[in-house]
Amino acid sequence: MIEVEHLTKEFVVRRGRLRRERHVVEAVRDISFHVERGELLGYLGPNGAGKSTTIKMLTGILVPSGGRVTVAGLDPSKRRVELAKRIGAMFGQRVQLWWDLPLIDSFELLRHIYRVPADRYRTSLQRFRTVLDLDPFLHTPVRQLSLGQRIRGELTAAMLHEPELLFLDEPTIGLDVVAKQRVRDFLVEINRERGVTVLLTTHDLGDIERLCERLLVIDRGSLIWDGRIGELKERYGRDRLLIVDLERPVPPLEVAGAVVERVDGPRQWLRFRGPAADLTARVAAATRLVDLQIAEPDIEEIVRRIYAGER
Amino acid sequence: MRLDWEIAKRGWRRYAAYPWATAAGVFTNTIFGFLQAYILLAVFRHRSHVGSYDAADTVTYVWLAQALIMTVYVFGWQELALRIRDGAIATDLSRPLDPQRYWLAFDLGRAPYHLLFRGVLPFAVGALVFRVHYPSPLEALAFAGSVALAVVVSLGFRFLYNAAAFWLLDIRGVMTVAITLNLFLSGMVMPLTFFPGWLRSIAHALPFASILQTPVDVWLGKHHGADLAGVLALQALWAVVLLGLGRLALRGGARRLVVQGG
Repeated sequence: MIEVEHLTKEFVVRRGRLRRERHVVEAVRDISFHVERGELLGYLGPNGAGKSTTIKMLTGILVPSGGRVTVAGLDPSKRRVELAKRIGAMFGQRVQLWWDLPLIDSFELLRHIYRVPADRYRTSLQRFRTVLDLDPFLHTPVRQLSLGQRIRGELTAAMLHEPELLFLDEPTIGLDVVAKQRVRDFLVEINRERGVTVLLTTHDLGDIERLCERLLVIDRGSLIWDGRIGELKERYGRDRLLIVDLERPVPPLEVAGAVVERVDGPRQWLRFRGPAADLTARVAAATRLVDLQIAEPDIEEIVRRIYAGER
Repeated sequence: MRLDWEIAKRGWRRYAAYPWATAAGVFTNTIFGFLQAYILLAVFRHRSHVGSYDAADTVTYVWLAQALIMTVYVFGWQELALRIRDGAIATDLSRPLDPQRYWLAFDLGRAPYHLLFRGVLPFAVGALVFRVHYPSPLEALAFAGSVALAVVVSLGFRFLYNAAAFWLLDIRGVMTVAITLNLFLSGMVMPLTFFPGWLRSIAHALPFASILQTPVDVWLGKHHGADLAGVLALQALWAVVLLGLGRLALRGGARRLVVQGG
């Protein structure tokens, strides 16, 4: 569905007023990956890592400086309009609906823009009205919708023409727990039931953990991870944390096989690898323990470690 | 065609959604109409003609200009520029629809709304208080065509200076210059026939006259036969030229596009 080979994007930034200096910024640098039809994968990276730039090249809005991109068999920047009919895109932070008009007006106009036949539009819209519970605000002007309602509208707008491939940029940003769950359930449904390929950009690791099997991680323009989430945990998640509550505050403990990561009053966090029993025994021998717990690293911690450069 | 019609309907509804803005605009246009009418009429105390206009022509011009002010959108328009500036243009470009076609259709839906709701009332007030010139049926028909062309020329011009945002991001400076040129050279501030000969020639050679002065002169019956066909053809030519330039700007802009805001 998506083939990316040695993709690169450079921006020229000019600084200074009189003597303008040219700086070349590499927003995306030599990225390669393949996505099969029907995958639901997460695309992760800190702010400014190059996520949105990649997506814009995949949708043909930005022209790559180097490398090769094929999406649904087409070169995006050369055949943008043709490609646009087959893909859907939703950017959680942008309003893609018509601000001053009732929600239903945006849908009707999109039906004409994408030339969706009337009967298919009706069935399609009916499904979204049920799944995303749109009826209570279908005739409300977009500017009056709550964020959760608007996002449900945006998702519908991105999907009305039944795209094979969906790009979602932070679809759950700013949503409350209930609304998030609803969006996630919806994404799982369209992926499982309808086989829509989904590329999901997010900072929300809950999205990733619940939705994606495969993860791409980009940092400073380079792809630093491409693999299944299980493998990621295996590779970066072997370290665990032993959290101990001591009788009173003491300097960081020195015990073999563990490093103190953090101290807060009488509580200390020790990072270790291997069986917990031996370490617990050593800590108990060194000082008086009041309480202890062991924390498995969650995806958030793993991603933090990847960003921090632990390879 | 169906698509353009659907877009145009949204253009109408977008402005119909704010009736109080319309009411405030009608009020302002009417007040300005009186102001300008009395100022220009003062000139006719001492002479019967200025350029090719007599007092009735001039008063008619004043109320037509106020009636058309929103229809041909003489003042600043920056919807496209703002979409480029905040990055929403990415959404537009990710749809199978040409942005220029979209805005043209949208504007052709907007303009009739403004003609009807911003234009008719101020003109009616002016016609009650002053003696205005009414066109013959043929002139009225030509006027309708000329206004439609004026809207397209105006959109072509606005699209072009908005496209500057691809390079400048902030077009306020460009827009101020554009509005000033347009106000003077379209005949919005003063009929072009009041200008000294050399300036009048320049103004008639530029596209701005096609935005306001031409439709007004068509209403006043200043053009007949081949001359009438000529000014309408000139409007059509400017429409094509400006839209063509806008198309080039869009293509060039999209190529160097850096989408703002992530």
